[in-house]
Amino acid sequence: MADCNETLRELYQYLDGELTDEDKRHIQGHLDDCSPCLEAFDFEAELRMVVRSRCTDQVPESLRDRIARVLESEGCRPAPTGDADPAHP
Amino acid sequence: MADQATFAEQAMPLMSSLYSGALRMTRNPADAEDLVQETYLRAYRGFGGFTEGTNLKAWLYRILTNTFINSYRAKQRRPQESDLEEVEDLYLYRRLGGLEAARTGRSAEDELMDTFQEAEVKAAIEALPENFRMAVLLADVEGFSYKEIAEILDIPIGTVMSRLHRGRKALQKGLLDYAVTHGLADRPQQPDDPEPVSSASAPES
Repeated sequence: MADCNETLRELYQYLDGELTDEDKRHIQGHLDDCSPCLEAFDFEAELRMVVRSRCTDQVPESLRDRIARVLESEGCRPAPTGDADPAHP
Repeated sequence: MADQATFAEQAMPLMSSLYSGALRMTRNPADAEDLVQETYLRAYRGFGGFTEGTNLKAWLYRILTNTFINSYRAKQRRPQESDLEEVEDLYLYRRLGGLEAARTGRSAEDELMDTFQEAEVKAAIEALPENFRMAVLLADVEGFSYKEIAEILDIPIGTVMSRLHRGRKALQKGLLDYAVTHGLADRPQQPDDPEPVSSASAPES
């Protein structure tokens, strides 16, 4: 089983989904038995969710329209749903 | 080889991800809009080079990144890599983790959600030097794999990992600085204060 140092070293690769199944089991085995490491892992995982959820931006409608028009002028068939320029069904 | 006729159908739904990425890269809505438009135009013209069944978002991000580097980066000269703040691993956790949440019975995520609002998180990412900002953005916000990031940025996987390692720590430093400035967290602990995960530094018995 992995020790604390090894576990914390692999924390991000684990959260990034970049460990092999074997290494993942190794780490999971340690986390099952070590609450300080589990708490650190949970914190990092939750921080990442917060960062991800805070980094969204609404695309301005004017930009969507502009890009749809530029693509159409290049001969691109509009997307079938709402993304197409409504003036050119 | 991808069929150009399906480009809009496949690529238009990915625009909000690309626009957010462009905003973090350029840090300026007008440049971000131009960058996204340029990316879609180049992507459409080069869509024959996209292999159906591979990750279209990664392919578009590679074009976005190259376009940014070639056309917009010259305008941006800061912050430099030498400005990167070096802090220890688990920096934020050692200062915020467990303490408040344990007292109030709330999850760490609830605490973090309350503390770090949209503007703060975006500003902390945008304050990172470009190399590190790109790696953190692609991994933590967009969820690309190391291999995809290596291909998007055209750098070795080892470089992706080291940029992520340093960039994430610097992001945590930036977030904590914000929280302290706004009274949402205590000043960083002194070295002789107890560490919440001190047992993690000792080998398991």
